[in-house]
Amino acid sequence: MKKFLKILFFASLLLNANYANSAENSAKLLKGDWSFKSFFGKFDRASLQRGYQVYNEVCASCHSVKYLSYRNLMEKGGPEFTEEEAKAIASNFEVTDGPNSTGEMFTRPARLSDKFVMPYANDEEAKSANGGAYPPDMSVLVKARKGGADYIYSLLLGYEDPPVDIELDDGVYYNKFMYGNKIKMSAPLSDDIVEYSDGTKATTEQMSKDVVTFLMWAAEPHLEQRHKFGFRVIIYLVIISILVYFSMKKIWSRIESKV
Amino acid sequence: MSDHEYQPSSRLGKWFNDRLPLLTLSNHLQEYPTPKNLNYWWTFGGILTFCLITQIITGIILGMHYIAHADLAFESVEHIMRDVNYGWLIRYVHANGASMFFLAVYIHIFRSLYYGSYKSPREVIWIIGMIIYFLMMATAFMGYVLPWGQMSFWGATVITNLFSAIPFIGESVTNWLWGGYSVDNPTLTRFFSLHYLLPFLILGLVILHIWALHVPGNNNPIGIDIKKPSKDTVPFHPYIVIKDLFALLLFLIVFAFFVFYSPNILGHADNYIEADPLVTPAHIVPEWYLLPFYAILRSVPDKLLGVIAMFASIFVLVILPWLDTSKVRSAIFRPIYKQFYWFLVADVLILGYMGAMPAEGAYLIIARVATAYYFLHFLVILPVLGKKEKTLDIPLSITEPVLGGFPNQAATKNKQNNRENL
Repeated sequence: MKKFLKILFFASLLLNANYANSAENSAKLLKGDWSFKSFFGKFDRASLQRGYQVYNEVCASCHSVKYLSYRNLMEKGGPEFTEEEAKAIASNFEVTDGPNSTGEMFTRPARLSDKFVMPYANDEEAKSANGGAYPPDMSVLVKARKGGADYIYSLLLGYEDPPVDIELDDGVYYNKFMYGNKIKMSAPLSDDIVEYSDGTKATTEQMSKDVVTFLMWAAEPHLEQRHKFGFRVIIYLVIISILVYFSMKKIWSRIESKV
Repeated sequence: MSDHEYQPSSRLGKWFNDRLPLLTLSNHLQEYPTPKNLNYWWTFGGILTFCLITQIITGIILGMHYIAHADLAFESVEHIMRDVNYGWLIRYVHANGASMFFLAVYIHIFRSLYYGSYKSPREVIWIIGMIIYFLMMATAFMGYVLPWGQMSFWGATVITNLFSAIPFIGESVTNWLWGGYSVDNPTLTRFFSLHYLLPFLILGLVILHIWALHVPGNNNPIGIDIKKPSKDTVPFHPYIVIKDLFALLLFLIVFAFFVFYSPNILGHADNYIEADPLVTPAHIVPEWYLLPFYAILRSVPDKLLGVIAMFASIFVLVILPWLDTSKVRSAIFRPIYKQFYWFLVADVLILGYMGAMPAEGAYLIIARVATAYYFLHFLVILPVLGKKEKTLDIPLSITEPVLGGFPNQAATKNKQNNRENL
């Protein structure tokens, strides 16, 4: 009886823990080999820089990353472009500023302090340019999807011909990882769609991996600091727990009772 | 309050203490006689105090950077995460701190249920505790709305809509709560205001909770009344202080794992999508700590009755000291109650799981059975069991079993079983 209860107890605990991860989709997500997972996980600098390139040349035509600023590109724990590189990247974009002393708005090249320029002026423009589907902002996209980095990675690689029994409308594509399998974004990546300056071969898998790494950083710019901190905090807590444990034993040894 | 007349040693101390007896209070807190057989399940009171203080401090800092406006709230949270110095740390401590707070409070409540701590003469401590728990749920719910993500918005819509079930005035009440005709900016600003206020009410109630505790003193694992101070007690400082500290540190290690290595695992991914009144998420689920009540709510087919059932599930806890008719406190000496206790634990976990699942098919049937059993436990099993159950012999003091010469074999055996169980 007791055993049964115990099993029930732990089983329901497990089930409870599992609910957050239970996939809505039957297709099992592809597991990327991420450098940022694990206790000491860090971003792969080169991958982040390539990922930015993929974002900039492919995704940015529809998807904004409105919470990133150009200065973030040179900050520690990110792609760590040099200041000159980051300035050069920013200066490729035009932003509206003003009003000036005569009350006119004007445009100027973006500076490090500016937020990433958005591809569309507003949601309505974004929708009308994309057949009614709103291309989501990518700032926290990795955190906004069940499965996180693996999900985005799988989605990018999940395009295939639809099964015979599925009829697709114009501008709708089949993706085995998308919720409901129907997606309004055509396969964004194909081999050699970008040319990496560091000589890495731009396969679809490589670009998917790089851009997902970039998006993970965009969603969690302080991830490296968090991992480093966490390790120190836990070590500190373990050491002080041991000290307190022995102090406690000593104090309680004054009386005849067990702690 | 004082067990013996306390006199400060210095003249200044005496002068001050005669006018405001803070030193007497401090002396009382140090010498407070505590049963020496308290196990680690008793350390969660201290842990909970720590959680409350942590939530208040991190919350005040977040409040300095957060903007309670429907158009700016989501962005201001991202501002905290990206640009405020250590803002990510403060927010993750606050968000995971809420979950840790509930984890600790559930352990604290179930400890009380196991050892019968709610029974005479501790009914008032228990009732204050239940009010605190209720306010915690309200505070946590409103806090979850503040980031103004999809789950914030739709969670708020579902929960506030419950009030529309009230006959005749339901709709007016709901509009009054919203400050409009749907969840919108006025709802957000008032939730922020209340989310800032309620923790201080909780703090006040926690002080009353501890005050009420210090009148009869702690219950203990064998649930007997003890003489204080005596061989059975130790002074709170340093014995209990150091033990609570040790347990708190272990708790903090678990806390740190969540904050630093999986800060979002207890939340819902949809809450990183900005609130959109035109798009309903596929599944609207509250935070994990509210799931059992959500399951009870949904398992009743009628809306009004569902809301009543949900509030009743908390209310039965409030009147628990009078539902449990047994004179024996600790489950150690109540072999049948002990079985039912673990049934209840399993039942609540099952309810929690069902609350996360869609309310349909087998899930709904299981949720209904579990809801029925929940009320059966409190309204039928406990009152009857207290009258019928044959309890084991109870030792006369704590030192009796510890210092040997303990004649009651059954009780000793049960104590061991109890250790296994926990």
